[in-house]
Amino acid sequence: MLLGVLFSGGKDSVYACRRAMETDTVSCLITVVSENPDSYMFHTPNVGWAELIAEAVGIPQLTWPTLGEEGSELADLSDAMAAAIDRYGIEGVVTGAIESVYQAARVQRICRDLDLWCYNPLWQIDQLEYLRLLVSEGFEVIITGVFAYPFDGSWIGARIDGPLIEKLEALRDRYAINPSGEGGEIETFVLDGPIFRKRIEILRAEKTYGNYRGRFSIEQARLVEK
Amino acid sequence: MILVVDLCFKPQSLSKYEFVDPITAILRRAGSEYEVVHSTEITPDLIYSSDGIILCGTALKDDIYARRIDLFSWIRDLEKPILGICAGMQVVAAVFGGEIVPQPKIGLEKIMIVKETDLLGPPRQIEGYHLHNFGVTLPQGFDLVAGRPGEVEAFKHAERPLYGIIFHPEVRNRWIVERFDALLLESTTTP
Repeated sequence: MLLGVLFSGGKDSVYACRRAMETDTVSCLITVVSENPDSYMFHTPNVGWAELIAEAVGIPQLTWPTLGEEGSELADLSDAMAAAIDRYGIEGVVTGAIESVYQAARVQRICRDLDLWCYNPLWQIDQLEYLRLLVSEGFEVIITGVFAYPFDGSWIGARIDGPLIEKLEALRDRYAINPSGEGGEIETFVLDGPIFRKRIEILRAEKTYGNYRGRFSIEQARLVEK
Repeated sequence: MILVVDLCFKPQSLSKYEFVDPITAILRRAGSEYEVVHSTEITPDLIYSSDGIILCGTALKDDIYARRIDLFSWIRDLEKPILGICAGMQVVAAVFGGEIVPQPKIGLEKIMIVKETDLLGPPRQIEGYHLHNFGVTLPQGFDLVAGRPGEVEAFKHAERPLYGIIFHPEVRNRWIVERFDALLLESTTTP
């Protein structure tokens, strides 16, 4: 089946893409670029750099703009998916949704209206097991945004590895955060992984942080041979 | 051993992660033994060596199971506990003469439990995640447990431990799968 993956460059969409590539053919990555940094539907930090990941994994990318307003962003997503049907002949859409009923139900409705299959291959996955899976399979993931207490500035730009997962587990136990950031606590960006033909090297980035909100904004990056 | 039946359109589909793995994760956390089999690969040995059976749901666009009801004729005479989830419930209904009818619903909705059962407990309102294009009519010999006659949310066979729920318990209602698992344990340890 030809599939389009809703793709932000964050770990969930990248790992969903990996699973889809194992069973089906991913014919395009669909990236909706929101002008609203607080969008409920779309991952925003560094989404512009998703293009570099698309190039690294060798799959065409379809980018689609949205103002990111609650009413219109779903119509924009629907238009993007319709364009993916026209341009790439997709028969289904893949998302990286884990727990968010809000996001999942909305994408399911759009798929139904467009007569598309809808796949959520990370749905209800144990978040800590999932993070360990990412690391064990060789994905290099960095934290590009924190948006909740008690994340301090040290998390900005940190790489997800075993010790960091232990810290996330401790925060889950103490503060009930979602360790993979499903509640919007953290955002991520993927630099390398088993589906990458080349890896991403960040040449310049800016860190900003204050009051438990911070961003790691990539300013310059390139693909390098693995 | 609990037999978890994958009703998705083909074995090892991308949908398995979404509709089968969340069920087995609940069983794994409960410490229960289980085995997963695709609906096209069920054998009499697997059925009869199991203590109970869970029939999983499928993707919204996947209605292949409804064209393969003959694969499930063994349900009619099996006395073991069976839990049918969404597509699994539709299969149970069809095997017992109920109809699979268009009834699309997506998202969280209130569910009224109207009859006390060992699986869902006493009458009350809960909230459940729905993802289906089809519902069922109540087959003869089954009690309405949740919902209403034109919109069956859950049913139970009047005399057998045979349950169906149209919503997805793996989302926000994992206790239902855990309770089914506990009922199985009780049934296998009670003389």
